[in-house]
Amino acid sequence: MLLIDCPYCGARPELEFVYGGQAHVARPRNPAECSDEQWADFLYWRDNSRGVHAERWRHTHGCGQFFNALRDTTNDHFLATYRVGEAAPALERVARPRT
Amino acid sequence: MQRFSGFSLLRRGLSGHRDWQPQWRKPEPKAAYDAIIVGGGGHGLGAAYYLAKEHNLRNVAVLEKGWIGGGNTGRNTTIIRSNYLRDESAALYDHALKMWEGLSQDLNYNVMFSQRGVMMLAHTVHDVQVFKRHVHANRANRVDNQWLTCEEARAVCPLLRTDDIRYPVLGAAFQSRGGTARHDAVAWGYARAADALGVDIIENCEVTGIRRDANGAVQALETARGLIQARKVGVCAAGHSSVILKMAGVRLPLESYPLQALVSEPVKPIFPCVVMSNTIHAYISQSDKGELVIGAGTDAYTSYTQRGGLHVTSHALEAICELFPMFRRMRMLRSWGGIVDVSPDRSPIIAKTPVPGLYVNCGWGTGGFKATPGSAHLFAWTIAHDRPHAINAPFTIERFRDGRLIDEAAAAAVAH
Ligand SMILES: Cc1cc2nc3c(=O)[nH]c(=O)nc-3n(C[C@H](O)[C@H](O)[C@H](O)COP(=O)(O)OP(=O)(O)OC[C@H]3O[C@@H](n4cnc5c(N)ncnc54)[C@H](O)[C@@H]3O)c2cc1C
Ligand SMILES: [Zn+2]
Repeated sequence: MLLIDCPYCGARPELEFVYGGQAHVARPRNPAECSDEQWADFLYWRDNSRGVHAERWRHTHGCGQFFNALRDTTNDHFLATYRVGEAAPALERVARPRT
Repeated sequence: MQRFSGFSLLRRGLSGHRDWQPQWRKPEPKAAYDAIIVGGGGHGLGAAYYLAKEHNLRNVAVLEKGWIGGGNTGRNTTIIRSNYLRDESAALYDHALKMWEGLSQDLNYNVMFSQRGVMMLAHTVHDVQVFKRHVHANRANRVDNQWLTCEEARAVCPLLRTDDIRYPVLGAAFQSRGGTARHDAVAWGYARAADALGVDIIENCEVTGIRRDANGAVQALETARGLIQARKVGVCAAGHSSVILKMAGVRLPLESYPLQALVSEPVKPIFPCVVMSNTIHAYISQSDKGELVIGAGTDAYTSYTQRGGLHVTSHALEAICELFPMFRRMRMLRSWGGIVDVSPDRSPIIAKTPVPGLYVNCGWGTGGFKATPGSAHLFAWTIAHDRPHAINAPFTIERFRDGRLIDEAAAAAVAH
């Protein structure tokens, strides 16, 4: 089970959280003006990164807040968690994961 | 190829089984092939076999980054059925099921296909309605599937506890042509048969790049064992499909998740069929070795680690113990994970890509073992003809853009 560092509450077990998929996928402001490609891209296309992945989590059974995280999908180590509205931290400034 | 038969077994038995040849060669990669399949699972090895057998393409290679069958083909719980809801899916999965019925003969390799029946339990009114809808839809597509009352379900599987549980069993859908097969034998059987037709099976050969010509068409693959030319490349890489397609600049509507399974210590034959429960989330059968084979759910998050959380497997075991209290004292022997490529509508993609010469067979997610022969056969057809066969024509990448989804989310016998 993952140990996830909620930016509001600190480290808690994964069971307290709900995963929210890839982060920073913005809903087009005016869907009627989107092409089919743009709309499908928003709905279905994802990076599915092998490596660093920016993703949303919600601390459902805790503070209830949404936040974002950077996680390495090759070893599941979290590199950083950050609040909604903040940009993803630059990777040099992020602590190296334990290996 | 040394053919297997009762007689050949007996004859070699008399000499202590010492004069069997290796079942496939270990060739060095050639500089160029007419077609290359990336991924040595059942789907990839099968596609190479059908390219050689049915389309007479003999200069074919399968490139596998590890060992053949080491991906999801060797990690799955081997459940085979074809009672899917949509017409497109019923046609696809039943094409595969019909091929399973003759596969051991065709390959001269016992894949231990066993039509012991697959039972899908209904625990809620909603389950009952959904499964009955499936039974009717399947009947319209001439796919066998029947509704069993609770008593009838217990008659098929006497170990099943239906009352006195948190979600009592209200009935079940049962496909008697469904069952299981030996997963390793599927990989090995296809490898041996493909090799006999001249296909080069090259292990420890990770594909790291895709080179394209001035027109954007596929030209060659960069691999751990050097550059290999090919004008046709078919990718069957399950959870790694999006990683490989990205090498050619193609993004896919897929996400990769860990999916786990586990087996118990082996016991005498006790379990007559396959039982799956969506609502309380578990599935179980007994292998011919005697192990109970139990499937768990996917983890919540995307990952490439081939391992998942312990709470996911313990959840599946709790459900099994509730349905089959006599298994409470069984000990689990091994558990493992595989990386499954989940598509938004839970249906696969067997299609051409925007890159000329590049084909993809992916998105099988948690349920592609059952489709192995059919998928391989249709993928070979698509590569050979450079257009899809009628059965896989709806399973394109573009269907997500065009809104022509083939929604099988409810049909996945367990919710992943
Ligand atoms: C725990 C579990 C239980 C399952 N249970 C069932 C079930 O009961 N019924 C069912 O129908 N399905 C089930 N599935 C799904 C099923 O296993 C898969 O859909 C199916 O086996 C996929 O076959 P494949 O040949 O496409 O992929 P795989 O067997 O995974 O083969 C893909 C191969 O590609 C190779 N590869 C990846 N990247 C590269 C690269 N860069 N270069 C070269 N090679 C590469 C991999 O090493 C791998 O061997 C289950 C899956 C899991 C994990
Ligand atoms: Zn919190």
